[in-house]
Amino acid sequence: MTELEAGRAQTLAPARSGAALRRYRDVLIALIAFAVLASLPLLSGSKALLDFVIRCSAYGLFATSLNLLVGYTGLTSFGHGMFFGLGAYSFGLIMQKLGVPIPVAFVATLAITAVVAAIIGAICVRLKEIYFAFVTLAFQMLIHSTILSWASFTGGDQGLRGGIPRPAFLGINLANHIHLYIASCALLILGLLAMRQIAQSPFGYTLRMIRDNAARASFLGIDVWRAKLTVFVLAALFASMGGMVMALFVSGAYPEFAYWTISGEAIFINMLGGVSTFLGPMVGTVLLLLLNDTVTRFTEYHGIVLGIVILFFALGLRKGLLDFVAEWYAHRRETGEGR
Amino acid sequence: MLEIRNLAKSFGGVKATNDVSLDFPDGSLTAVIGPNGAGKSTFFNLITGALKPDSGQVLLDGVDLAGRSPPEIVRHGIGRAFQVASIFKSLTVQETMLAAVSADQRTSAVLHKRFPLPETRDRAEHVMELLGLAGKRHRTAATLSHGDQKLLDIALALVLEPKVLLLDEPTAGMGPEERWRMIDKVRELWESQKITVVFIEHDMDIVFKIAPKIVVLCYGRILATGTPDEIRNNSAVIDAYLGTEHAGAAA
Repeated sequence: MTELEAGRAQTLAPARSGAALRRYRDVLIALIAFAVLASLPLLSGSKALLDFVIRCSAYGLFATSLNLLVGYTGLTSFGHGMFFGLGAYSFGLIMQKLGVPIPVAFVATLAITAVVAAIIGAICVRLKEIYFAFVTLAFQMLIHSTILSWASFTGGDQGLRGGIPRPAFLGINLANHIHLYIASCALLILGLLAMRQIAQSPFGYTLRMIRDNAARASFLGIDVWRAKLTVFVLAALFASMGGMVMALFVSGAYPEFAYWTISGEAIFINMLGGVSTFLGPMVGTVLLLLLNDTVTRFTEYHGIVLGIVILFFALGLRKGLLDFVAEWYAHRRETGEGR
Repeated sequence: MLEIRNLAKSFGGVKATNDVSLDFPDGSLTAVIGPNGAGKSTFFNLITGALKPDSGQVLLDGVDLAGRSPPEIVRHGIGRAFQVASIFKSLTVQETMLAAVSADQRTSAVLHKRFPLPETRDRAEHVMELLGLAGKRHRTAATLSHGDQKLLDIALALVLEPKVLLLDEPTAGMGPEERWRMIDKVRELWESQKITVVFIEHDMDIVFKIAPKIVVLCYGRILATGTPDEIRNNSAVIDAYLGTEHAGAAA
């Protein structure tokens, strides 16, 4: 018995500090990543490179938030882009019509997103698999058509024109390219860190249980509907953040931001990067934007090239790039230990 | 004490559970037997909230749980394991246990702390050791053997510290030797944990050997209840079940 207890103490002690250690490790990685991104303007004068990173921030937040639903909870949403569009539009409209400071518009947009996501989520998360996918898609189309037809308010198919005012706050002037760049990077890193925390929290493991076996989870006393609704709203908030970064970047909002193809792109990104690792969608984002930018430069048939690439990932690798790397690494470590 | 009062459930015209009343005193071990389609699993599903009864009561210490949702019933202290091991295939054994304790301690929605919470460890550890899964803690559930998956399923129910544990065919799909090991485990758990255990079992040798009390269901009704000796000599049971089916089951 004493031997047993000793064994238990041994397994427990490192594991307990391990949780705290992993958290510090994540923060450390985030700080290093931010430092690298922030020093980029000093190393390179290329405005295109900074623009690329800003777009990666917007899409990265958006795609990673979709992975909270798809990868962690098993909820395949085809309409996640509606929150990207909602974020861009409500932020733009608040800034244009009310002229409040940017942080106020930021928080107000998150609040609006939370309310809309809670209503749509309450209807959708009861549905299973394909029904969930298509009803979310239907809501996306509803929001898109509302934007198109309510032209007096949203500018219709022209989008929010005339630019979004970007008054300086706390010494930060988002009209300045470098300031906008640093702010986008900061939002990306903070957003990723927050989503990482969600994924690694007790709630994150509740999501994994629901993905694997929702019925069993309910027999452990978990309110599956509530957990799904919570993650639906949380994911919408980060997608909305991505939309706001996009709106700031292009200084406007366009109906395409709320069109179903934007949801499709996020799914595409998740397939490219992989859903089994936290950073898969981030890798996918960089891949997709790189592909988009390079391919469109060489050919007008970029759709064909992107299609072939996704076929390669879907049929060839049968997983995303980072899934592939993670499996290869795990396999290598196993055989290494075996030796 | 778990008291079932006039429980009934029909599917279309079929009475899957027909006016069943039973008492399961605290700390009792009861086997539920009956031919295929006798309504054994339906009976469990009604008690645990997977199905809503048409009428009747499920009283746990005097509180009527009939018709409530599975999470509510689990929280009142009725845990269950499934005929086909119902586990979380991508989680490791240890993660499964820790997450289940989290659910029981109502911390499964906590966002600001890292998994696992320190206060979930002792209970998870205890049950893993109880069921002999501690050595396989880092194995992903999907890679466990069939027998270990069944044990993990039972561990999931047990780690919630239920008052009543319902086991739907703990030995399903196992070879003869593995069956005995499993059922010895069940008996050992019952003795050490002092909980009420009700299990469904097809193997008559097992049932007659370990269950102090047996309930025989047939076409949704209670055909007989009693000790192994009483059941063995009950003419209605012999006619309906043992006389014909036992020969087949033993083969």
